[in-house]
Amino acid sequence: MTSKRLDNYGKINRDKIFSFSWDHKNYYGYEGDSLASALLANDIKIIGRSFKYHRPRGIMSCGVEESGALVTVGTQDRKDPNVRATTQELYQGLVATGQNAFPSVNFDIGGINNYLSRFFAAGFYYKTFMGIPPFEWGSGTSIWMFFEKIIRKAAGMGKLSRLPDPDHYDHAHDFCDILIVGSGPAGIAAAKEAADKKLDVILVEQDNLLGGDQLAESDFDIEANYTELKSLGVRVMHRTTAFGLYDNCVLGLLERVTDHTGIVNQSLPRQRFWTIRAKHIIVGSGSFERHIAFNNNDIPGIMTVNASKHYLNRYGILTGKNIVITTNNDSVYPTAGALFEAGAKVTVLDARRDINLEKKISDNIEVRNGCVPYNINGSREINSIDIAETSNNPFRKTDTINCDHVLMSGGWSPAVHLLSHRGEKATWNKEHLCFLPGDTKEKISMIGSARGIWNKDDCIKSGIAGTLEAMNKMGLSKTNYFFPKEGGWKNAIQPLYEVKYNKSRSKSFVDYQHDVTADDIRLAHREGFISVEHLKRYTTLGMANDQGKMGNIIGISLMADLLDKEIPEVGTTVFRPPFTPISIGALAGRNVGKHFRPLRITPMHQWNLNNGAVMIEAGLYQRPWYFPKKNETLSDAYIRETTIVRKSVGICDVTSLGKIAVQGPDATEFINRIYTNPFAKLPIGKTRYGIMLRDDGMVMDDGTSWRLSEHEYLMTTSTAQAGKVMSWLEELLQTRWTDLQVNVTSVSEQWAAAAISGPKSREVLQNCIEDPSLIENENFPFMGFISTNLKGGIPCRIVRISFSGELGYEVYIVSDYANTMMDMLWKEVKEFNGCLYGLEALGALRVEKGHVTGAELDGRTTIEDAGLAKMASTKKSYIGSAMRKRGVLDSMEREQLVGFFPVNKNQNFDAGTIVCEKDNIEGFGIGRITSVTHSPELGHWIGIGFVKGGKEKWKNTVLIGSDPVRNKQMELQVVSPHMIDPEGKRMHA
Amino acid sequence: MNVVLAQIQSCTVNMIRIKCPYCGERDHSEFAYGGDASIKYPNLDASKEEWTEAIFFRENIRGFQKETWHHLNGCRMWLEVDRSTITHEIKSVKPCHPDLQKIMELKK
Repeated sequence: MTSKRLDNYGKINRDKIFSFSWDHKNYYGYEGDSLASALLANDIKIIGRSFKYHRPRGIMSCGVEESGALVTVGTQDRKDPNVRATTQELYQGLVATGQNAFPSVNFDIGGINNYLSRFFAAGFYYKTFMGIPPFEWGSGTSIWMFFEKIIRKAAGMGKLSRLPDPDHYDHAHDFCDILIVGSGPAGIAAAKEAADKKLDVILVEQDNLLGGDQLAESDFDIEANYTELKSLGVRVMHRTTAFGLYDNCVLGLLERVTDHTGIVNQSLPRQRFWTIRAKHIIVGSGSFERHIAFNNNDIPGIMTVNASKHYLNRYGILTGKNIVITTNNDSVYPTAGALFEAGAKVTVLDARRDINLEKKISDNIEVRNGCVPYNINGSREINSIDIAETSNNPFRKTDTINCDHVLMSGGWSPAVHLLSHRGEKATWNKEHLCFLPGDTKEKISMIGSARGIWNKDDCIKSGIAGTLEAMNKMGLSKTNYFFPKEGGWKNAIQPLYEVKYNKSRSKSFVDYQHDVTADDIRLAHREGFISVEHLKRYTTLGMANDQGKMGNIIGISLMADLLDKEIPEVGTTVFRPPFTPISIGALAGRNVGKHFRPLRITPMHQWNLNNGAVMIEAGLYQRPWYFPKKNETLSDAYIRETTIVRKSVGICDVTSLGKIAVQGPDATEFINRIYTNPFAKLPIGKTRYGIMLRDDGMVMDDGTSWRLSEHEYLMTTSTAQAGKVMSWLEELLQTRWTDLQVNVTSVSEQWAAAAISGPKSREVLQNCIEDPSLIENENFPFMGFISTNLKGGIPCRIVRISFSGELGYEVYIVSDYANTMMDMLWKEVKEFNGCLYGLEALGALRVEKGHVTGAELDGRTTIEDAGLAKMASTKKSYIGSAMRKRGVLDSMEREQLVGFFPVNKNQNFDAGTIVCEKDNIEGFGIGRITSVTHSPELGHWIGIGFVKGGKEKWKNTVLIGSDPVRNKQMELQVVSPHMIDPEGKRMHA
Repeated sequence: MNVVLAQIQSCTVNMIRIKCPYCGERDHSEFAYGGDASIKYPNLDASKEEWTEAIFFRENIRGFQKETWHHLNGCRMWLEVDRSTITHEIKSVKPCHPDLQKIMELKK
């Protein structure tokens, strides 16, 4: 193929020249070029290498269905693989490289696969790596893993950069009355009609120019159409692909905002992901020209017929000198005429014997009726084409024509993708040889060639009919309308899918992108993969990134032939979104990095940082992890913090706990129903620890509730479950117990809280409040609650509870006073050589005491498992009381909470360790370690976790902790989870 | 609702719009799905069998079903939504709580 730019053709701007690089060499093109047209203008023939066989491939189409010219655009972190050169607009400085080839697409070592191709037929991997015959040697995962690396290298497409994507993407939403997909003659007509009727219209076009197939006409005026649509108020979105049609007329669109500029613009996203809700959708998505399967039908220089007309009239490129057009339908004749007028020698092979053309074509165009393409001679470019005659069965070579360019048209397939997304099956039309969109009850109208209408005037009529149908379906009018009949050619199309080669080894491609040949389809048939869904998966037909836009129907027709069935009996696969590939970045939008999820900080966040905290994310909260002194590691710091708390005093930010105000005359009854332990008689000014179960009897959360007054409680929840508990309480009150007069309000943000723990905590707190006598031991026992004032008259709430096992208090204060409170407390704590402690020390203190948290209460734990059975009331009913003892939940064999010591006190272990019996180290074992810490008090590592049968069963047996992930194993001793001060003397002190 | 899950959901196309009686029509990403609204939960002192029936047994309806949705990132009302499992079409939305239902009726 020798392609060249013509002077008087095309819609490009020759005043603006762009330089670009292809495979590290510089070339020039014009504004308005696509990368493909610019490559053609430079007469570059080989653009890609095929997926499996590494065969050279050239440009085969002019649109999204491109299978040959897949390239990588951009460099480094802006590298975008598998870009269709046909749809990539050219810009100044564009850098494109060939892919799936080494060292280059021009000379590719992988090309050897072409000679080994008989080993790479469909199902090759499945067969080979199930084990190598005769003894299925090496079957199993490991051999596959070994070969996979090699195969992945050899087969495939472009490579990702593996660098973080530096671009940003947006999500956007919009609404309209009618959304029209496609700006071909039908789409534009529909838009004008709808805008005329004063409807709010969005017209979506994936191309940068309006016009659809009219862009291949020499006299189509883009500007005039655009201006008219604008003046009518139509909102035109170009460079925007309607990639998916969803329920209720919701359309997903991808707008390429800066991909065509090559300029990084911080104020613009690279792409926008649109969700548009329309009241009605009109789909004028056009149709795809099919190719024909015959031997070597992929040699560079092969193309669909209509594509060459686009290159001629849109880009001013004559794609060949000596052109052979092969067809089975009328659509090619205007193209033949245009190519001839542009200076090419044109020969048409028409499979049909007798045709009577609408317009007479030039006598200088040779039309050979009853002829089909049989074989292309050449390897890197076309030298000649062998032809066969339809009268011969089987086909055989009857003649050879020298040529440099072969165009194919095997018929047209309406782009029914969007309707298919809605689950509407397309139906095979025997007359027009294509799948036509079926009727739908949804508010969707199909127009133009997507409806199977080939004739332009009829397409325009169908567009107007589409709008009228839309208005009727929307209930805006009751107009009579009719759609023109499908078809529109004077001579009937004749079936022509494959011209079978009579030699044994043929390469008649059905699906170019995945190198699926007609022989592969026959192989699938021989091996029993005859259902179209099996065929697809076995041969990977239609599974490349064009999703079978060109090849699917040929594959189906071949299978129908083999099965001696009609095409509708074989059926078709369902098209699913996206219509063309969309980037993950666009799906993610702005939900990346720090914006992946919201970040919550406590009111004393800055205070913590100022005082040297290292933060950690817990739930969504940033919490202090540890407060290192100079050169201290995490381990040094938390051991120091833990030791100081046990010896003297420490303070810790516990604001992240969930806080819920429970108010109303039935508050007591409500609280009593949701906790397992009795709350009915909790006096005012007292607080109680409670456990909540789910309906099914599993533990949901734990926390404390304080009785503030007769009808008012403050409930605290764990950090992680705060949101869930709040929703749960609302659900109960609004759906189940609608007679209860209770209101729940989340006050988590309103109150800041600090825990003061350690033997000196009372003294610290007494120095901070207005009336120290209030919290004397006898006035304020364990689990007491008071509302009082900090010095300076700052109101606060104090509860005497302890998570550390030491004497401890939690002080709650209106969030705005958080820093003042921390300053006040910290000043006093320092007087006692106390410390600030973080989440790590908090964890160490609670593990030493055997207190459970989310690691233990993971949704699979019953109240008995957690060792809290005595908190389950037998005197009342509560949520989960009926179910908590059902079946297996009541088994004595269940895992129970225990403590673990290493037998060798110098050894440590990690959470996640599996606990096994000594002679039976396998599987899930008999238990697991859920939380671990170094205990400064005991001087060695300790853990809590679960073991079947609990402490009573294993207290005298050495068990094995197995940690296959870290490749560790240690001997364990099962102990009580309450490892320090089991009687609780300290916290009552 | 699980935060990461909510994030993933917000990355996909939002097809369902729910007319919250208090806030107006909103994307379903503002809501959290609850469960089967037709379930009558037994009394707390009911038998294990009754509870098992209420918790574990569900109809797998093809067509309209009544379900609860929580307007989590809105007014936090629990709503009874009559939705088609085939087309996502929503026939009606009303507050689960009968008193809220009455108030919403009065507002009209």
